[in-house]
Amino acid sequence: MNVLEIAAQVDARGLSCPMPIVRTAQTIRPLAPGAIVEVLATDPGSLKDFSAWCRSTGNELLEQTTDGPVHRFVIRRK
Amino acid sequence: MDEPLNLVLFSGTDDKLQAAAVLTAGAAALGRPVNVFLQYWALDAFKRDRIDRDHGLAPEAGSEGRVHVDALRAAGQASWAETFRQAKDLGNVDIEACSLSMDLLGIDQANLDPLVDGVEGVTAFYLNAGEGQVVFI
Repeated sequence: MNVLEIAAQVDARGLSCPMPIVRTAQTIRPLAPGAIVEVLATDPGSLKDFSAWCRSTGNELLEQTTDGPVHRFVIRRK
Repeated sequence: MDEPLNLVLFSGTDDKLQAAAVLTAGAAALGRPVNVFLQYWALDAFKRDRIDRDHGLAPEAGSEGRVHVDALRAAGQASWAETFRQAKDLGNVDIEACSLSMDLLGIDQANLDPLVDGVEGVTAFYLNAGEGQVVFI
């Protein structure tokens, strides 16, 4: 199993739309291409939002898991 | 997605401004330029000394709507002004005051919050809007 090296984390739990995406976009911007970011969010819209955002921006959604109310996304920077 | 999103903000209540700020931040996160044109009561809400005050809610909110809005705010939702600031930090968001509305309210740009980039007329707004959608809130 590959162990991904997380360059940065975004704790967007409790934040409402669009802040999980906004925080993630702000966090990922200064990182090097290929850097990996882990995001935790409770906004129910984040499930569709993160896949749409990744498709549109070219960042890669590597993992998406849900544990109770918390959604976890692992994204590789374009 | 390269065409700008163009928002004409007319209403100055907190709920409509919040919805506009969310649309703006979402577009900015996708790398889409956003042009915001402030008219009438929306422009009034962007006055430097008023921006962080309570601007009320649209009539359809009623007292029950007020409770829901207050609960979301108490849970830590960013204000619309803060959401616009985040959107501007993230992307290409230009916020312009309608010059007619400036006359109507008897104000100049020094009275406006620094979120407002400048003053323009409707012709400049349409020119910058290009082929992009125009949304009126």
